[in-house]
Amino acid sequence: MVISDKAIKYGNNVNTDVIIPARYLNTSNENELAAHCFEDLDKDFIEKSRNSKIIIAGENFGCGSSREHAPISIKASGIKLIIAESFARIFFRNAINIGLPVISNPEAAKNIKDGDNIEVDLDRGFIKDITSGKEYKTNPFPEFIQKLIENGGYVNFVKAEALREN
Amino acid sequence: MGSQSNKPQTMAQKILAYHCGKEFAEEGEIVNANVDLVLGNDITMPLAIWEFKKVGLKKVFDVNKIAIVPDHFTPNKDIKSAEQAKLIRIFAREYNIKNYFEVGCMGIEHALIPEAGLAVPGNLIIGADSHTCTYGALGALSTGMGSTDIGMAMATGKTWFMVPKTIKFNFNGKLNKWVSGKDLILYLIGKIGVDGALYKSMEFTGSTISGLSMDSRFTMANMAIEAGAKFGVFNVDLKTKEFLRGIGKKESDFSIFKSDENAEYEKVYDFNAGEVDLLVAAPHLPSNVKKAKDLGDVEIDQVVIGSCTNGRLEDLKVANDIIAGKKVNKNIRVIIIPATQKIYLDALKAGFVENFVKAGCVVSTPTCGPCLGGHMGILAEGERALSTTNRNFVGRMGHPTSEVYLAGPAVAAASALTGRISIPER
Repeated sequence: MVISDKAIKYGNNVNTDVIIPARYLNTSNENELAAHCFEDLDKDFIEKSRNSKIIIAGENFGCGSSREHAPISIKASGIKLIIAESFARIFFRNAINIGLPVISNPEAAKNIKDGDNIEVDLDRGFIKDITSGKEYKTNPFPEFIQKLIENGGYVNFVKAEALREN
Repeated sequence: MGSQSNKPQTMAQKILAYHCGKEFAEEGEIVNANVDLVLGNDITMPLAIWEFKKVGLKKVFDVNKIAIVPDHFTPNKDIKSAEQAKLIRIFAREYNIKNYFEVGCMGIEHALIPEAGLAVPGNLIIGADSHTCTYGALGALSTGMGSTDIGMAMATGKTWFMVPKTIKFNFNGKLNKWVSGKDLILYLIGKIGVDGALYKSMEFTGSTISGLSMDSRFTMANMAIEAGAKFGVFNVDLKTKEFLRGIGKKESDFSIFKSDENAEYEKVYDFNAGEVDLLVAAPHLPSNVKKAKDLGDVEIDQVVIGSCTNGRLEDLKVANDIIAGKKVNKNIRVIIIPATQKIYLDALKAGFVENFVKAGCVVSTPTCGPCLGGHMGILAEGERALSTTNRNFVGRMGHPTSEVYLAGPAVAAASALTGRISIPER
């Protein structure tokens, strides 16, 4: 899969409270959640996300709560991919589980600038910054996680494999 | 496996290996492990149920090994929250979930689960709440996951883990007056940062830790996630066993795992506990740690004493020691939330509740409430709270311009009297 879009850049330790504040967690509806995504970090996010669908961030993206509402609100906002220097572990799992691609690549995340045009080939494992002309190689996911992605998320994987074992 | 069985392992490796029926778990390996308890609350469980139902099973894997605790927006704060709570209540009835805790016998999940005897040494527990790591205080492995992971574990009784490396934190020396587990964990997070233990298991050892109360150990394990960790574990000792006896557990009810003497650690930190002052984490990260005595000019609007981090009896006792017989500052609101009904009752019997009310505090039924900006003490624009909770991110407790300072119960109670960030008088 190739994802080609403009970048929105944020800093380190973007936490789940600013991705989707708890005051909106009285619902699980993805569109209601998306309407408040990043509200306390960047008031202009919804406007930006109309034309920019790749998030670039620093270290420890998604730290804090286990709320799956965080990646759900991002995905429902139309964001196609997040590239960060590193991810908090619960957020990383949640994103993979719901089929939101997340790539940990410190060099790319540091160098890509807000507004850059980015092209990412998930299968061949490279990130191309069309604006700056720089290319970055990504590490493949561990085999098990690849299997989850190939199955279209954890639910399908469980339906296909884990239950067959039982 | 035979040749590997002699290789030294950490507590995290051993408990994961045991739950996969193996002798040895390699660090970095992904294992599919059986879990002893699957936990969710009123925010995360509705989504987990939705995902669980997609699998198409008529039953959960084990009606005794799922716990549902409506604690975040309960007693229901608005109609939408009431709908969420209703959804999980109906699910619990329909699927015959044994450990559903209704308002009235409910408590904040991470205080309630150990009290109810649902977490014991050697367990592997996952919960759709990031502070599930709390049960590491009992020599169990426990960690937070999202709703999909929890929904799938409700179906299969299993989940996948990458076997983590372990970082060891030795605390030796005598604690200063009023200094508690909260100060130790803030001190540590201040040193290593909010991603200082990302994906790792944290192991707490040393003479200070041996002397530490169970309530303080729960506080420390609870905040392992605030350093990015997967697990935060303590060895089982006499204090753990005394706690377990107190809730009616026998030695045969649990298994003790301990890191081998020559186990490999990614890193070992040695801290002198005598150097740890009463601490505060200033906005907007738990790692932004300062000495409470240096922040005396910071005025506050609200004090919260409670949460899965510091709403236990020891915390309320410290608050009582400082507040009893006095009046809280007239310019601030002081909200005290015993973490469970049992703690509430114990605090009532000990006279703490009466002392708090007479001093001008609000004493609330158990709820996560204000910690996550849910209800029962939301901050207005520009307001500032001093709280015994676990996170001080932007907008955590209310308006995006409000601020949260984190501290232990001693600083919180002392600040309640003065209206400024304060340490108890000698």
